[in-house]
Amino acid sequence: MKKQLDIIGKGIPKQDAGLRASGRAVYGQDIVLPGMLYGAILRTEYPSAAFSLDLTDALTLPGVACIITADDVDVNRISYKRDHPVLKQGEVCCIRDEIAAVAAETREIAEEAVRRIKVRYEIRKPCCDPFDALQEDAPTINRFAGGKFSHKNIAETFHYAHGDLEAERARSKIVLSRRFSLPRMTHACLGPSSITADCDIVSRKLTLYSSTQVPFLYQRDMAHALKMPPSDIRIIQPIIGGGFGSKLDMYPFEVICALLSMRTGRPVQIVYSRKEEFIASPTRQPMIIDLTAGVDAEGKFTFREVDIVKDNGAYTSWGATTPFVIMQAFSSLYKVRACRFDAKAVYTNNVFAGSFRGYGNPQATFALERMIDLLAAAIGMDQAEIRRINANEPGEITGQGLHYETCGHGECLDVVIRQSERVRNTANGGASRLQGRYRSGVGFASMLHVGGGAKIYRSDGCGTTVRIDPYGHCTIITGSTEIGQGSETVLAMIASEELGIAPDRISVINSDTDVKPWDVGVHASRTSFVAGNSLLGAIAILRKKLESKARQLLQCGDAELAFRNGLIETEDGAAHVALDKVVREMHFGEPNELAVANFFYEPPSQFQDTGFKGNVSGSYAFAAQAIEVEVDCCTGNVKVKNVWVAQDVGKVLNQMLLEGQIHGGVLQGIGYALYEELLMDGGYIINPNFHNYKLPTASDVPPIHFHPVETYDRHGPYGAKGVGEAPLIPTAAAIANAVSNALGVEISSLPVTPEKVLRALEEKNHKMHLA
Amino acid sequence: MTPSTESGSPPIINERTIVCQINGRTVTQPVQPLTSLLELLRDRLGLRGTKSACNEGECGACTVLVDYVAVNACLFLAVNAHGSNILTIEGMLQPGGGLDEVQRALVEHGAVQCGFCTSGMAMRIRALVNEQGAHPADPASGMRVLPSRADIQKQLEGNLCRCTGYIKIVDAVEALLQKKYGNPA
Repeated sequence: MKKQLDIIGKGIPKQDAGLRASGRAVYGQDIVLPGMLYGAILRTEYPSAAFSLDLTDALTLPGVACIITADDVDVNRISYKRDHPVLKQGEVCCIRDEIAAVAAETREIAEEAVRRIKVRYEIRKPCCDPFDALQEDAPTINRFAGGKFSHKNIAETFHYAHGDLEAERARSKIVLSRRFSLPRMTHACLGPSSITADCDIVSRKLTLYSSTQVPFLYQRDMAHALKMPPSDIRIIQPIIGGGFGSKLDMYPFEVICALLSMRTGRPVQIVYSRKEEFIASPTRQPMIIDLTAGVDAEGKFTFREVDIVKDNGAYTSWGATTPFVIMQAFSSLYKVRACRFDAKAVYTNNVFAGSFRGYGNPQATFALERMIDLLAAAIGMDQAEIRRINANEPGEITGQGLHYETCGHGECLDVVIRQSERVRNTANGGASRLQGRYRSGVGFASMLHVGGGAKIYRSDGCGTTVRIDPYGHCTIITGSTEIGQGSETVLAMIASEELGIAPDRISVINSDTDVKPWDVGVHASRTSFVAGNSLLGAIAILRKKLESKARQLLQCGDAELAFRNGLIETEDGAAHVALDKVVREMHFGEPNELAVANFFYEPPSQFQDTGFKGNVSGSYAFAAQAIEVEVDCCTGNVKVKNVWVAQDVGKVLNQMLLEGQIHGGVLQGIGYALYEELLMDGGYIINPNFHNYKLPTASDVPPIHFHPVETYDRHGPYGAKGVGEAPLIPTAAAIANAVSNALGVEISSLPVTPEKVLRALEEKNHKMHLA
Repeated sequence: MTPSTESGSPPIINERTIVCQINGRTVTQPVQPLTSLLELLRDRLGLRGTKSACNEGECGACTVLVDYVAVNACLFLAVNAHGSNILTIEGMLQPGGGLDEVQRALVEHGAVQCGFCTSGMAMRIRALVNEQGAHPADPASGMRVLPSRADIQKQLEGNLCRCTGYIKIVDAVEALLQKKYGNPA
C-alpha cells in the first residue's frame, strides 16, 4: 500500500515566487559592492586574424583602473579539452574572442577605454564549414587541440555499436537514407550573463558572485585557470535569470573578471549587453545528421546507421559531449535490433556551441522521428501504429544497456494518439487534404531521456544537511542549485511531507559553496531526483534521532510514530509531543545533541564503458507529443493549433511547477521548430538582437494539453523521475512531421521558416508537373 | 566641437534638472540628455527591481508606468519624465510590504519561474488591469466586456519570457480580471 501523501503532488507556488515578483530579488546585475569597478571586454572584429595591440590611448583615460591582455596574465587554458585561452595571444579564431579587458570606475569609462584600444589586424580567411575544415589542406583552427584524432580539426569523436547491422539490413523490407541539418539556437536567457568578482587583498581569497549552474565544477575549473587552490575560491550564486544549459561551462569573461579584481584589489563586475549575450554566450550544436534506417515487413525497426558532423566552433565546451545523449536516442528510443553511431565535433572559425536543455536530444529526435514517418509511408503503415508497435517497454534492457525498470512510453503514445484522433481524422479525411490555401496536419514524436541523473562525471551525487532549530523551523542545506525551475520548493515539500512541518516553516539554503555540501550541478533533469533522494536520506537519519527522544518523552516503548502538524505522535494519535519540544530536549537534555543530519546520495547508475555501454541513469523518462498545425500555403506560415503532451514523470511531485516546465519546454521547442536560428555568415553573427532573432511571444502559444503518466520508479523520490528537459525534446520533430503531413512534402531541416515551406511546395508542384 | 548659437542652431544642453513623482515620492535629479529612464531608476536611484535585459525596447523587462501608461524605460529619456508620475515594481508593493493584486495573481498561478521578466510583466499587467477598470460597464445591462484570452496574449506580446511558456501568466491575468470586473454568473 502506498503511503497517504499530504503535500507531495499538490500544486504549490514556488517558495520564492513572491520575492521574485516583488522586484526585491537580487540577480547578478543588481549586485553593488563598496568600491566596485566595472569591467568591459574588447573582442575581435574579425573571426580569423593575427593581431597586435596598442593600449596607450586607453590607459591615459581618467577612471581606468587596469587593462589586461594575454601578455599580462599567468593563467591556464580552460574547457574540458584545455583548448581555450582566456585572453587570446596574437591570433583570434572566432568572433567571440577576448583580446583585452578593462576595469574602470564606471561602465561608461570602461566601454570608452575599450573603444580606445588600437588593434592592428592581419586578416585571414575564416573556415566556417565543418566539411571544409575536414579537407586535407584546411588551416589548423585551434592550435591547442590535442591532435589525437585522424584530422587536426577534429575536436572529439564518439563511436558506438550494437547488434548485427548487416544481418538486419538484409532482413529489412525498406531501407531509407536521409540527411538532416539542425541550426544554431541560442538560450536567450532574459537575465544577461554576469559576474562580480571580489578578491580579498589580504588573504588573496576570491569570492565570485556567479550565475553558474554547476558551482563545484566551476570552483575547480576556476582554480585550475587561475592556478590557485580551489578552497580559496568561494562561489555565491545570486538569483539566476534563466539557465537552460547556458551556465554549464565556465567562460573566459568569468576568469577575466576574477583577474581584474585580483589585479586591482577591488570588486569588479561584468554584465553582458544583449548584443554581447547573443555573440558571446553559447548555442545549441548545429549539426548534420546522416541517417540510414530500416524496417521489416511487419513494421519493426531493424537497424539505424548514424553519422554526425557537429560544428564545434573554435573551442570545445561540454557541448562537444552531447553525443552521449544523442546516441541514446538512436540506440534505445523504440526497440531497434542494431545500431551503429559515429559522431565527430569539428573545429571551425564559428562561435563555439555549448549545452542547451535536451543536450543534443532534440537534434537526434528530429532526425529519428522524421525518418520514422518516412519509413511508415514507405511500407504503407499508419504513423501512430508504427510507433505503437515499436514502443519501449518496462523491463527492457536496450542494446546500449539502459535498463528501463519502469517505462511509460506505450502509455504516453496511447494517450496522445487517442487525444488527437478526432483532429487527425478531420485533417486527414477532410476535403482540404493536400489542397486549398490552409492545410492541416498532425505529427507525432516521442522522446527518451535520462530521468535519474546521468553518470558522466565520476560522481553524480548530491549532499544534504537538514536541521531543525529549537523553535521547530527546518533548514535544508542542499548542494543542488535553483535556476527558476522550483527545486527549492519541491525539497521543502518533501521535508514537510516527512517531518510534518508546514512548508512556510522550512527554508532552503543552496547558494554558497563555503556552506553547502557537494553536488555535481543542475543539469540532466536530475535535481528533484538526486537532491530529493539525498534529502530523504538525511531526513531518515534525523527522524531516527527525533523518534528515539520522542519515545523516551512519550514513554511509549517502541511504538510506531508519525510526524504530523508539528507534532510527533503515536500512529493512533493517542499520545503526542511537539516537535520543537523534542528538539529542545535533545539539545538541552541527554544526549545533548543537535537535531541535524548529513547525507550524500549517489544514484544507482553506472559509468559507461569505453564502448558507451552501461546503465547510465537511475531511471529513464519517456514522453510522446502529438501536434496539430495549420499551414498557410500562400505565405508559408505555420500555425501550431494544438499540442498534446503525455510524459512519464514517474510521480507528480508538484502539479503546478510540473505544468510550468511542460509549457515552457514546449514553447522553446516551438521556437526551435519555427522561428529561432542564430545566423552566421563568414564567421559573423548577423542577428544578435531580439528584433532579428525571434523568440516566441505570448501570442504564439497554442493550447497545450498535458497528461502526466505515473509509473512510480522505485529509485525516484516517491517514484518521481526527472522532467525538466523532456518537454522540449520531441516538439520540433512533431511539428516538422505535422507540416510534412499537411503538405505532403519532406522537411529535413529546422527552423521550418515560411521560405522553406514555400520552396518545398514549389518543388513538389514542379515534380508533379514533370510527372 | 563647441556649440554655437551665432550660426542659428540651438545650443547643446548638457544637463537638465527634472522633477517627477516616482512611487509617490518627489524626486529631483539632474540628468544628461541621453540618460534613459532605466539608467535613472536603476543606477541613480537604486530601484533595481526594474530589469535591464536588452536596452533596445524589444523585451519589455524594464516596463514601468509613466502617467499610467506602460513604457519601456530603456527607450524613454529621463528628461521626458519631467513633471510625470512614475510607478515601478517597488511602488506596487502595498504599504507595509504586502504584494499587490497583480503580483499575487502571478504567484498564485505559478507564473513566476526565473522571475527576470516578472517585474516588467507585472507592470504591463497593471496597465492592462487599470485600463479595464477605466471602461465603464454597459449602463443598460450593467455588464462589462472582458478581453478574450487572445486579446490578453496580444497585449503581452511586448514582454518576452523564456521560462514559462506564458500560459500561466495569461491564466493569472484572466483570473484577476474576472475577479475584479467579472459579471456575476
